[in-house]
Amino acid sequence: MAGYTLAELAAWGERIEELAREEGLDFYPQEFELCDYEDMLCYQAYNGMPSHYPHWSFGKAYDRLKTLYKYNISGLPYEMVINANPCIAYLMKENSLLLQILTMAHVYGHNDFFRNNRLFTTGTRAELTVETFKNHARRVREYAGDPSIGYERVEQLLNAAHALRFQTNRVVGEGRLSYEEYYRRKHRSGQEKTPDHPLLEETRAPGGTAGRTGGKRRIPPQPEEDILWFITEYGDLEEWEKDIINIVREETAYFLPQIETKIMNEGWASFWHYLLLSRLDLPEELRWEFYKYHNQVIRPLPGSLNPYHIGYVIFKYLYERQGKEKIFEAREVEKDQSFLRRYLNLEICKELELFEYIKKSDEYVVKEIADEEGWKSIRNQLVKTTGLGAIPVIRIVEYRPLDHHLLLEHEYDGRDLEMNYATETLRYCAGLWKGKVTLKTRLNREERIIHCDEKSNLSILL
Amino acid sequence: MAVFREYNSGGKDRSAEDRRRHRQLVEKAIKKNLHEIVAEESIIGQSKDKKIKIPIRGLKEYQFVYGRNQGGVGTGTGKEKRGDIIAKDLISRGPGQGGAGTDEGEEIYETEITIEDLVNYIFDDLNLPYLERKKLSQTETVAGQKPLGYRTKGIPPRLAKKRSVMEKIKRRQGRRRADPEFTKDERFPFHEEDLRYRYIREEKRPQTNAVVFCIMDTSGSMDHTKKYLARSFYFLLYQYLRLKYTEVEVVFVAHTTTAREVREEEFFHRVESGGTFISSGYRKALEIIEERFNPAVWNIYAFHTSDGDNWSEDNEQALAAARELCRVCNLFGYGEIDPDGFHMTSPISRLFQETLAEKNFAMVKITDKEDLFPAMKKLLTLEERLEE
Repeated sequence: MAGYTLAELAAWGERIEELAREEGLDFYPQEFELCDYEDMLCYQAYNGMPSHYPHWSFGKAYDRLKTLYKYNISGLPYEMVINANPCIAYLMKENSLLLQILTMAHVYGHNDFFRNNRLFTTGTRAELTVETFKNHARRVREYAGDPSIGYERVEQLLNAAHALRFQTNRVVGEGRLSYEEYYRRKHRSGQEKTPDHPLLEETRAPGGTAGRTGGKRRIPPQPEEDILWFITEYGDLEEWEKDIINIVREETAYFLPQIETKIMNEGWASFWHYLLLSRLDLPEELRWEFYKYHNQVIRPLPGSLNPYHIGYVIFKYLYERQGKEKIFEAREVEKDQSFLRRYLNLEICKELELFEYIKKSDEYVVKEIADEEGWKSIRNQLVKTTGLGAIPVIRIVEYRPLDHHLLLEHEYDGRDLEMNYATETLRYCAGLWKGKVTLKTRLNREERIIHCDEKSNLSILL
Repeated sequence: MAVFREYNSGGKDRSAEDRRRHRQLVEKAIKKNLHEIVAEESIIGQSKDKKIKIPIRGLKEYQFVYGRNQGGVGTGTGKEKRGDIIAKDLISRGPGQGGAGTDEGEEIYETEITIEDLVNYIFDDLNLPYLERKKLSQTETVAGQKPLGYRTKGIPPRLAKKRSVMEKIKRRQGRRRADPEFTKDERFPFHEEDLRYRYIREEKRPQTNAVVFCIMDTSGSMDHTKKYLARSFYFLLYQYLRLKYTEVEVVFVAHTTTAREVREEEFFHRVESGGTFISSGYRKALEIIEERFNPAVWNIYAFHTSDGDNWSEDNEQALAAARELCRVCNLFGYGEIDPDGFHMTSPISRLFQETLAEKNFAMVKITDKEDLFPAMKKLLTLEERLEE
């Protein structure tokens, strides 16, 4: 460590924690782990997890990060923190003292966010994080080591599951009903009669109702977003395959809150690192360094968006005008999309100097700028493309059991799918489903139907 | 109060296995495209460290993603006006190349391999058994000697006189200290134990001095496809010989009805009109051998590729010249390139086959890329046989 000891670091940490508590932050117990840059790259490649199941994509991520770092294309993140109780954050030994102080303050912001934001409290169980990932890793390794399964089959399954992992239930923390239960409830509400003994009723129900209304029952009853879940239920998979797919699903569920709150989470942490460090009475030389790094973290990125910048500016704006209570409320109940829809206004748009662009043939053209007429369009566009908005909505609309055929539909909102990726992903989907899969989408507003059979042969109908 | 602890990986690199697997998959993807790579690149005669760029498929992590027609929001400078053009797609990308924004530098590290890697992949692909390959690289000669100090045992020619005298003086000094009665004038002869011998390790180097004659028919009938096959063929042969010899010279001879020595670029890009006298190419090669490459010193390999469209009045002369080439060359090969698969056998190849019984002559027929490796293999096995 350059010019400071672990004890010094701990002393600063203590002061930051005290201040954070005084300010009303409510966080899990915090653990800091000091590591070198190679370890940091590793953590980054494995999403910060101390243990994780193996897959080549993480090796690829590591090599890519290292290359970028080596050629100075991107620096390393100062901080890496995971949503767990106790909350674990990594500090890179190579960093200067000020950078560590800044990082620690920033981490307390994230920690508070993890503990209080609605998406995290309903969608994840922080006290089980580390154990869960460890358990997943163990199970996947066991399957890979099992002579009747083997590494390659596990890998192929993971390839396919990773391709579909974000085609999932978009409402964080929402429980799901089995289709049978769905129909039973629907049936029941139709009768408007609650059975006297629901438990007895349920055991009897399937045979009876299926016989009567079986013909009318569509599977899925409503378009199904969770493609992996559907395949585990209605596909033809072995138990270990289902287990691995569920592992991937659980991981996605764990990361979904982070995807949905990137701007808020980083904005909140930046807001607090700034506030805490300002109250920390830093010696002068550290103070200059602090301003330098703070401005680097929240600097606007011309032509693109820096979530730290946007989140920070909005939280600061709210804090200055509506007080502390307001920002604590926002951090608890919002996610990026609702946060932007509710709080991004003309004034903030102007401060952020946002503009909206569209693509005309091969040119990007400014469509709206931050003024009276333009800002709403900018806000709506931003909301549309934030968080899960950046992932196409593709749902299972029909399952035809007779020829084991799955029909997917892309909910088209003017944004085309990248066709090469779409067809390859469809191949994975058909491979996992072990049957025909058809995707309905649009390209330049014209309908396209892509069909992939169980042998991975593609055909595109115009 | 927060916990601070130092991370100790215990010297274990947790990402090692996944990285290895990723690279393995990259390699696999490269091998899949080997035929194309070999045929596409201008790589014949390049140094082994030259890096070539190759497109890799099969390593993307496919998901459903949006394409590039979508609009978006960006941070500006506050000076943007409606209708401003802020960026352009520089290249209209084909499918599969993704967008600059979504690529995240995916291809940075996976596009380049060295020729040496490539050659290894090729030989993996050829399924040469390991032993065979080893034998190839073991064709060694003593190329020099490297002194490695002195020893007390050795053969007389390696006696290190100065060193031996020094040893004797040391012993004498010791004697004088131990024995005060010892006088300067007393005779003090060499002992066996004084003698020192130079210790030398012989440096072995792979046999050197090989020259490859690439003779190609560049007449009008050799179209683009045929040349492309010829070139791939030469590339493989060159690489094979490079494994055996440290220095391999390559001579390119292009011929129509007359022949001349050309540079590599010319060799592959020149198209001439006119007829074909195969013998002209052979004569030219013989001429160059006469001038610059003494068969006693050089290992000479000559390979001729043609579509077999020789003018019939030349056939006899071609046969005679081919015989002569067989006499001076380690190996003389004739590759007939026939991408259409029309001719069963051309007159010239029939003639060669029937009358050219020399042991070091080989004939192969190449109709498409898939034939390259088998053709190569046929030549290799012949070479092996000759050596035995």
